[in-house]
Amino acid sequence: MNAITAPTFEWLQLAPILTVLLAACIGIGIEAALPRRWRFVSQVLLFELAIGVAFVLLVMSWLSPKDNLGLMAMDSISLDGPSYLMWGALLVFGLLSMLVFAERDLNDGASSFAASAASVPGSAAETEASLARHEHSEVFPLALFSLTGMMVFVAANDLLTAFVALEVMSLPLYLLSGMARRRRLLSQEAALKYFLLGALSSAFFLFGMALTYGFTGSFDYGRISDAIADPVYGRGLLYTGMAFLAIGLLFKIGAVPFHNWVPDVYVGAPTPVTGFMAICTKLAAVGATVRIFYVGFGGERWAWQPLVAVVAVITMAIGVVVALTQSDMKRLLAYSSISHAGFILVAVVGATAGVTGQMNSFGSILFYLVAYGFATVAAFAIVTMVRNQAGEVHEISGWAGLGRKSPLLAGIFAVLMLSFAGIPLTGGFIGKWAVFSAAWRGGYAWLVLAAVAFSLVAAYVYLRVIVLMFFAEPADGVVVGRASGMTWVPVALGALASAYLGLFPGPLLDLVTSASTFLR
Amino acid sequence: MSPDNYVYLAAILFTIGTIGVMIRRNALVAFMSVELMLNAANLAMVAFALARGGLDGQVATFFVMVVAAAEVVVGLSIIITIYRTRRSTSVDAANLLKL
Repeated sequence: MNAITAPTFEWLQLAPILTVLLAACIGIGIEAALPRRWRFVSQVLLFELAIGVAFVLLVMSWLSPKDNLGLMAMDSISLDGPSYLMWGALLVFGLLSMLVFAERDLNDGASSFAASAASVPGSAAETEASLARHEHSEVFPLALFSLTGMMVFVAANDLLTAFVALEVMSLPLYLLSGMARRRRLLSQEAALKYFLLGALSSAFFLFGMALTYGFTGSFDYGRISDAIADPVYGRGLLYTGMAFLAIGLLFKIGAVPFHNWVPDVYVGAPTPVTGFMAICTKLAAVGATVRIFYVGFGGERWAWQPLVAVVAVITMAIGVVVALTQSDMKRLLAYSSISHAGFILVAVVGATAGVTGQMNSFGSILFYLVAYGFATVAAFAIVTMVRNQAGEVHEISGWAGLGRKSPLLAGIFAVLMLSFAGIPLTGGFIGKWAVFSAAWRGGYAWLVLAAVAFSLVAAYVYLRVIVLMFFAEPADGVVVGRASGMTWVPVALGALASAYLGLFPGPLLDLVTSASTFLR
Repeated sequence: MSPDNYVYLAAILFTIGTIGVMIRRNALVAFMSVELMLNAANLAMVAFALARGGLDGQVATFFVMVVAAAEVVVGLSIIITIYRTRRSTSVDAANLLKL
């Protein structure tokens, strides 16, 4: 009988993930050990420190000689250019959106999370908890656990790791969505909806995984790819498995027809959490989808490309057209996020392998996500700042005349809207140009034409908001809250990055071009 | 007995689960249907592991069980919070967010 060999684990290369995971565990310890008044501050310091350290470790590992690229942790994690870039992007956006979690000046010294999420809304227990200034500082470890899941999800090299990472990423988000301080009924309902639909989609992912395992005899992406070239069974099993996996992934991306949860959950969840979901979840889901479909199912691309093209078209259409009719700012941003998912899928369909020195599909997707991410983080941070007596003002009519109340904030929001719309000289324009040219090179000219048409219509959605902010009579009772640096840093960085990526896209384009090849 | 039949059974269980989530109005029952779907996938993986002669599928089942248990913790806490607020777990009563 063979001796059992101990599994190997590359601690140094995987240190960025481990740092975030360790910080989440320490965060739980802080909740148990420290007195209540110290918890919030120490959690904030802890997550800032942890994400900072993880980022430094990532950069050091990136700058060291490249022989550390490869399959890690018994082939379950693939450390390649895309993993490094996605991890970097996740850490940056995770830090920026978690800073907004820590904002306490806007709400008279309380965070945007419920004083006691377990208490019944309107009950004596709730009043007592808010009077005693209780706070859920658990939100920080929860977000860090979610970030860990996302980092594993984008780098997973087998379907089982991907499934576990998907759940580690989603479960904390279900809880976070239900913890808003104001409009608690809405928030709890969003959590229920997100949970039930999310669990349904992961069940689809799991069944797809089982069928793919049946066809290929392995969960490993590389071996799936080999088995597809040399099949044992009929293709029906494989296509069903691929379709089920795609349903689970498209749900997380928020593509039509699996988009129903997006507007409801984005509206109901606390706004800082919405910002976190809008960019980090999307980034992780897109990254994992591209890896599974390029590395695992690349040999079957003729089967999935036309279907994803159809999904991309209807996603753009529904996202853009329904955004035109919205009267609620968070709902508008939710439909905007759906339409951006459609634009990203346009590049996924392209699936151009990339000649050396030329950007391939994944490079363009990553650039698009980074440009969209900076604008999204800042936009949701600004939504937390526009307030009246009852809290945040979500009705777009309440945003009228914001340009006269705070020219700076309205100006920044206008820049972000222009970046969403893809107007030249913003990051959004370069991102759109990159994803459209990826699809063009992949031979999907009709899809590019449709996408250009939809982005023209989408521009109207965003310009309408700008016109309303600057040329309408100011709405009564709406003020721009006095926020601390916790909100202003993401807002300022998001606006600067949106402009910078539009004016000087070169460095990031070079980076994504140099490191966008997946390891098999 | 051929593993095929187990895969057919798994597909039937998965379909029952999907229909359950779609048509049952009680959040708890919908959640139980999701668990049925997860277990259908487990059955399929064990059957395929037998057919392909590997252990991967059987090992994966344990991971799925642990994940399902974690999901129950989160799911029940959300459903109980909703129940205490509304005295109902019907997904039809949760309609504040509909357009």
